[in-house]
Amino acid sequence: MVQDLGRIKETPSQTAGPYVHIGLTPNFCGIGGVYDADLGTSMVNDKTRGERITVKSRVIDGSGTPLKDALVEIWQADADGLYNSPSEMRGSADPNFAGWGRCPADMDTGEFVFHTIKPGRVPFRDGRLMAPHITFWIVARGINIGLHTRMYFGDEEKANAEDPVLQRIEHKVRVPTLIAPREGNVYTFDIHLQGDRETVFFDI
Amino acid sequence: MSNLKPETGSFFQRDREWHPPALTPWYKTSVLRSPQKSLISMDNTISEITGPRFGHNIIGELDNDLVHNFARPGESAIGERIIVYGRVVDERGKGVANTLVEFWQANAGGRYRHKKDQYFAPLDPNFGGCGRTITDENGFYTFRSIKPGPYPWPNGVNDWRPSHIHFSIFGHGFVQRLITQMYFEGDPLIWKCPIVRTIPDRAAIERLIAPLDMEATIPMDARAYKFDIVLRGRRSTFFENRKEGN
Ligand SMILES: [Fe+3]
Repeated sequence: MVQDLGRIKETPSQTAGPYVHIGLTPNFCGIGGVYDADLGTSMVNDKTRGERITVKSRVIDGSGTPLKDALVEIWQADADGLYNSPSEMRGSADPNFAGWGRCPADMDTGEFVFHTIKPGRVPFRDGRLMAPHITFWIVARGINIGLHTRMYFGDEEKANAEDPVLQRIEHKVRVPTLIAPREGNVYTFDIHLQGDRETVFFDI
Repeated sequence: MSNLKPETGSFFQRDREWHPPALTPWYKTSVLRSPQKSLISMDNTISEITGPRFGHNIIGELDNDLVHNFARPGESAIGERIIVYGRVVDERGKGVANTLVEFWQANAGGRYRHKKDQYFAPLDPNFGGCGRTITDENGFYTFRSIKPGPYPWPNGVNDWRPSHIHFSIFGHGFVQRLITQMYFEGDPLIWKCPIVRTIPDRAAIERLIAPLDMEATIPMDARAYKFDIVLRGRRSTFFENRKEGN
């Protein structure tokens, strides 16, 4: 026998189920008076630094139908590429930008809308800069463990071409699934769970 | 490894054979919602090592009291009164301090306060079904509620969910994010439930079953169930491989 490493396995995941709104966005589903406001609904204020953008997203199932009961959280750096987190050791992020947003799908259209800012570039492990990106986490009924992906920006061709994460994707035809086209200040990021255009999801 | 310094290591790789796979056809909704291609594996970058934090100031006095947080003044939710408590630790056994834990559940009759829930069990006018708290400096949390009822759901013709409470936990890095469900010791529906059985390993399922803890009950008031939660562990950063100059 040897000494025990003392590790405990992670608690196994279970689906968020159809009523995830009750727990995470109760005001959205009509449970008023418990919390003042749902968390993560407002990402920017007047003092937030950076270019205002809107991200519109949908999560689409294997039949082409947008999920109307999904919930998405996003996590991103501020305009200078700093995260508002105690684990960020490179400097202090913009105090007027938490970098985190939470949005339930519209119950009729399945659309998610985030009003945020365009993040700055963040270094990869080896110091090379990654292209600006927003991390997405998707949960819903029928999704047994939350899905992680990243949205990159369609107007950042040069940065995207040298991004170490995008470069790691072996099948280059799949890279465009992570890149949101820009129209005005709106980026559209459709996430496909299955099919020819299945979005790249990360085990990260 | 001190609590005083923020930790910046990357997280242990997730054991995908311990968690439920994406495709579990006996839980029918997973069939069209499960990615079919391999996940792309990658070590954490700063984008994953960091994560949002929430201050204790967001928490209202009744946020962890589901018996009262939706009830009319002087009234309370109907049901078996319970305390749920436990500790959020990581895979190293280290307490996860100051992290947001959110929970939601059906009422004592198995009905959710949600327009999509068509089950004919009645709503309880004094029960909303949501609560939240932030762990203390050692990772402990507690809340008060009523025991949720089991409910039937459309999957097979006669599938029932065991009594359960949904949990959402943040941790300190965004990739520690976890949603799971807590079940109650002794419930025979646990082993029949298609959602429970998305988890392949019996030992993993047992990790979701909270034991009754008579020592933590409040006599003449509420019974207690203990539910510990383990998030991904963080690698120590004693020696980091960095390129010279970085
Ligand atoms: Fe449920």
